[in-house]
Amino acid sequence: MTMLLDKPVSAGTIAPAQLRRSLPQALTKLDPRTMWRNPVMLIVEIGAVFTTVLSIADPSVFAWIITGWLWLTVVFANLAEAVAEGRGKAQAAALRAAKQDTVAYLKNGREIPATELHLGDVVVVEAGQVIPGDGDVIEGIASVDESAITGESAPVIRESGGDRSAVTGGTKVLSDRIVVRITQRPGESFVDRMIALVEGANRQKTPNEIALNILLAALTIIFLLSVVTLQPLAIFSKAFQAAAPDTVALNADGVTGIVLVSLIVCLIPTTIGALLSAIGIAGMDRLVQRNVLAMSGRAVEAAGDVTTLLLDKTGTITLGNRQAAEFVPVNGVPLSSLVEAAHLSSLADETPEGRSVVQLAALPSREPGLMPDAVFVPFTAQTRMSGVDLPDRQIRKGAAVAVLKWAGKPSPEVTEIVDRISDEGGTPLVVAETGRVLGVIHLKDVVKPGMRERFAEMRRMGIRTVMITGDNPRTAAAIAAEAGVDDFLAEATPEDKLAYIKKEQDGGRLVAMTGDGTNDAPALAQADVGVAMNTGTSAAKEAGNMVDLDSDPTKLIEIVEIGKQLLITRGALTTFSISNDIAKYFAIIPAMFAAVYPGLDALNIMRLHSPGSAILSAVIFNALIIVALIPLALRGVRYRPSSASALLRRNLWIYGLGGVVLPFLGIKLIDLLIQFIPGI
Amino acid sequence: MTGWIFAGSLVLALVAVYRPFGDYLHRVVTGTRHNVVERGVYRVVGVEPGTEQSWGVYARSVLAFSAVSILFLFLFLRLQDKLWLSLGVDPVNPHVAWNTAVSFVSNTNWQAYAGESALGHLVQMDGLAVQNFVSAAVGIAVAVALVRGFAAKKTATLGNFWVDLTRITVRVLLPVCVLATLVFMVAGVVQNLSGGTDVTTLTGATQHITGGPVASQEAIKLLGTNGGGFYNANSAHPFENPTTWTNWLQMFLILLIPFSLPRLFGRMVGQNRQGYAVVAVMAVLALASVALTVAFEVHGAGTVPQAAGAAMEGKETRFGVTGSAVYAAVTTLTSTGAVNSFHDSYTSFGGMMPLVNMMLGEVAPGGTGSGLYGLLILAIITVFVAGLMVGRTPEYLGKKIGAREMKLASSYFLITPALVLTGTAAAFATGNNGTALNVGPHGLSEVLYAFTSAANNNGSAFAGITVNTLWWDTALGLAMLLGRFLPMVLVLALAGSLARQKVTPESEGTLPTHQPLFVGLVVGVTVVLVALTFLPALALGPIAEGLS
Repeated sequence: MTMLLDKPVSAGTIAPAQLRRSLPQALTKLDPRTMWRNPVMLIVEIGAVFTTVLSIADPSVFAWIITGWLWLTVVFANLAEAVAEGRGKAQAAALRAAKQDTVAYLKNGREIPATELHLGDVVVVEAGQVIPGDGDVIEGIASVDESAITGESAPVIRESGGDRSAVTGGTKVLSDRIVVRITQRPGESFVDRMIALVEGANRQKTPNEIALNILLAALTIIFLLSVVTLQPLAIFSKAFQAAAPDTVALNADGVTGIVLVSLIVCLIPTTIGALLSAIGIAGMDRLVQRNVLAMSGRAVEAAGDVTTLLLDKTGTITLGNRQAAEFVPVNGVPLSSLVEAAHLSSLADETPEGRSVVQLAALPSREPGLMPDAVFVPFTAQTRMSGVDLPDRQIRKGAAVAVLKWAGKPSPEVTEIVDRISDEGGTPLVVAETGRVLGVIHLKDVVKPGMRERFAEMRRMGIRTVMITGDNPRTAAAIAAEAGVDDFLAEATPEDKLAYIKKEQDGGRLVAMTGDGTNDAPALAQADVGVAMNTGTSAAKEAGNMVDLDSDPTKLIEIVEIGKQLLITRGALTTFSISNDIAKYFAIIPAMFAAVYPGLDALNIMRLHSPGSAILSAVIFNALIIVALIPLALRGVRYRPSSASALLRRNLWIYGLGGVVLPFLGIKLIDLLIQFIPGI
Repeated sequence: MTGWIFAGSLVLALVAVYRPFGDYLHRVVTGTRHNVVERGVYRVVGVEPGTEQSWGVYARSVLAFSAVSILFLFLFLRLQDKLWLSLGVDPVNPHVAWNTAVSFVSNTNWQAYAGESALGHLVQMDGLAVQNFVSAAVGIAVAVALVRGFAAKKTATLGNFWVDLTRITVRVLLPVCVLATLVFMVAGVVQNLSGGTDVTTLTGATQHITGGPVASQEAIKLLGTNGGGFYNANSAHPFENPTTWTNWLQMFLILLIPFSLPRLFGRMVGQNRQGYAVVAVMAVLALASVALTVAFEVHGAGTVPQAAGAAMEGKETRFGVTGSAVYAAVTTLTSTGAVNSFHDSYTSFGGMMPLVNMMLGEVAPGGTGSGLYGLLILAIITVFVAGLMVGRTPEYLGKKIGAREMKLASSYFLITPALVLTGTAAAFATGNNGTALNVGPHGLSEVLYAFTSAANNNGSAFAGITVNTLWWDTALGLAMLLGRFLPMVLVLALAGSLARQKVTPESEGTLPTHQPLFVGLVVGVTVVLVALTFLPALALGPIAEGLS
């Protein structure tokens, strides 16, 4: 289930069935103890209770319709959250099913339920059994089906020692037998955490969410104040124009309770207040859909802020294999002779490098088996070369020093070419036959296609990319230049990585990195966003704040984009929510006061039908816009990597200007429909 | 045409002094040397000028200094009849004394008394004028502390309040005032210690021609955006503001410091362009406001204005409509509150403009210091929303705007509207909304204006209501006190929180806060937030009046 970089994720569409399924949950969320977490919507709920009481005391069509829509506003907000949580719920149910009824076979022969396993217990898992808990393989090697977690059906190898020793509870051993030492506490396994995360059960508000909530609370207080303090002013004005007729909105006692509550609900930022937590849950969910588990919402937010990306060269920036790129003949040897010799010597070489030589030579294929008199000499660490012995000659290719020594003909020309290739970041393979050196094969670390553009894009987003490699500085510099990264760390040790991260952080930057080995753990823990590969060790997974189930280091780039998208969605909907208020004022203020001061009817620029219909339209619009925006909150606003200025301009046009204009149209439209309700 | 020249030359003059005067302010607050006078002050007060203060200590110093000032001024006003140069006036009654003491210490200069009849020369010179200097200096000091918070990298301190206060007074306010006083004297502004002269007029009546140290007080009244006039008629009085060109000079002095402080801001954070952005926000708001006020007054609706060609009621003929309308805008865009015309007599919408100017939080360019910190708070709120839209957790000048920063900025933004709205509502709810004359929308505007002016520390009055009652003196006194010092404490706390942070380096992904887009955004956020907060109240006041 490895996701391709640009594969769209179908998170935005919601089926009506989904809404229906989430409805019961939305209703249970009306409990004030739950609403307490969302102050803006709590105010709406209190208002709805208040208007319900008023409607019972003094029933009218207007009062009851308003009351109904106020309750709907709260339900819609809860629905948004419930739908967002619902997606995770299904996933959690599947995980939970896998987890149940697992039996652990302890090394000492006892059998206990997996839920009773303790840290440090040693269990034996044989083919066909489910691994009872997270742990490290301490003995044996096995192929394991991890599809329950990763969705990837191809089995993976897990073996004791090294970086592939970690196993996850709930996965299944397909062959062989392993002994596992449990590294989790009961109830804290990876699957447990995954369930909690996708369900959003213990979702904590993230720092930015808290800050935004503070702003929303402040706006709510201001609007509460400006509406509540309006009452004495309204009474004063009504007394001044005592002859003016009473309306549904205003009588001698001032603005009616129903209308005061309607005004408050329309002004306070209900749109963003209703969708805020859904946006957060959906952000986590988008990561889960890309097979990344974020251990905290904070990490997703930090991802948007990342200014430095530490990327491993091999597998992330380059394809990971060196490939033959060029044949360079020497000493006047014709190119064809070199190519032919290189081809022959590589026929039995099954390494990617060897195959790439054959490919580049592009000669008619010859099966080694069809050359009975050829004796292939395999590569060994001692000889550092490989080749073929033919009846008439011997051919060798390999490290320059070894081959030159074998040929016995040191040549300044060869040395020069070898040095040049090294300088360019390539690996030279010298080819020689009995008695003479033929030339050099230029093996290159091939940068993945599209990476250069990707890094340029990152730069436009203000993100520095840093390549981490074990290569020597010369090679590293050449590849860095080719890939277009901003910086590189050559001959990097885990300590170097850690030091680099600290240095960046001291300069105020936020760093993201991927890692899998135990020795990556300190750096993963230090990085602001540390993505551990699922194939990695338990220590690495423990240290990072995200785990990539696909173990694809390139995904870091996507993670950053998802983080940004989450923040943009929040900002865009906040802007939209506040901009909406302008139109609502133009609906409600003339509705309230035009009877007293007829001149104020000039503000009724939408020419709404009556005071009642104007107020009702504003309330209905305010409720419906929440439902209308649920898909956007879940999907996130469209994000194209670009500079901050461009992003701001674009989002301001859409959500700022759109937020001003749309409610004028919406309220007018609703007014056109509801004016036919009798009594409005 | 003369109106254009008048306003245009004012803009040009302010543009010309922006850099040199802003740079001078920057040198004053960042210098390390102390001159003789300052060293003397530090010795007397017992301050070690090298000590740096944390935000808490800085805030406590501001509050302690202001508390002592209020107490001192209160006693001064209560005991003035026992002191020299009292001209035989009575002691000021307790609630007016409280109101006046708070008013001058909070840089409001709301006047619940008539200067020429209620106060002696000594209390004017050594009580009120002293507060005119130091209350302005306190405002600048707090603004500088906030800017230090932005400029700092992981420090716990914001400078030393006593040093800032002393330097700003000694090196900025005093020298400029001495110069301005001399110019005003040349123009004919009164400067003596005379108790006044009684003369017989041509018609045979006796007229009392007042005297007093007016020119010296006039200079700081304007430069410090104080606005408390020596005479009741304030800058409409010919002894305070005799000619068109003194009228021009008055406005120049009002705007000099507030419009130059963004330069200091830019210098201190190491990016002059950030200063230009801030001053651009101020300028856009100010120009729009001035243009609208003038337009409403010149083309004002109503029978009388149309017969007279413009709304002339309540304006001095020597200033004309433009000279008066611009002054009304300038004095309310800053926290000055000096007046050269009667705002109550303006057209409905013309009279709404001063009200709206104050409701903007007096940030365009605002009071000395308070304008800058007010605008920076608005910029922080703008950055928060806009910053999210670029996909980063918001930051301004490399400082993250997190939960704590938002808590402080939002509370700051809440305080003044809360005071204005609750004060106005309380006046109506308790029946303290004045006399039988204050009815209908205009009566409502008068009450709304009074609380808006007090809570924003402006000090100008729409007039029309009798405000020297116990209720009004107490309520407005509280509005002035809370409207001045709560925001200051929040600003200093914010400064402390910013100073502790490290600085995130700027990149392509950072929201640029120096470009026109951002300037427009801050203007938009300011206007929209203020409109949303005050529109219901305005609808029942000037808007209802204007649309009827």
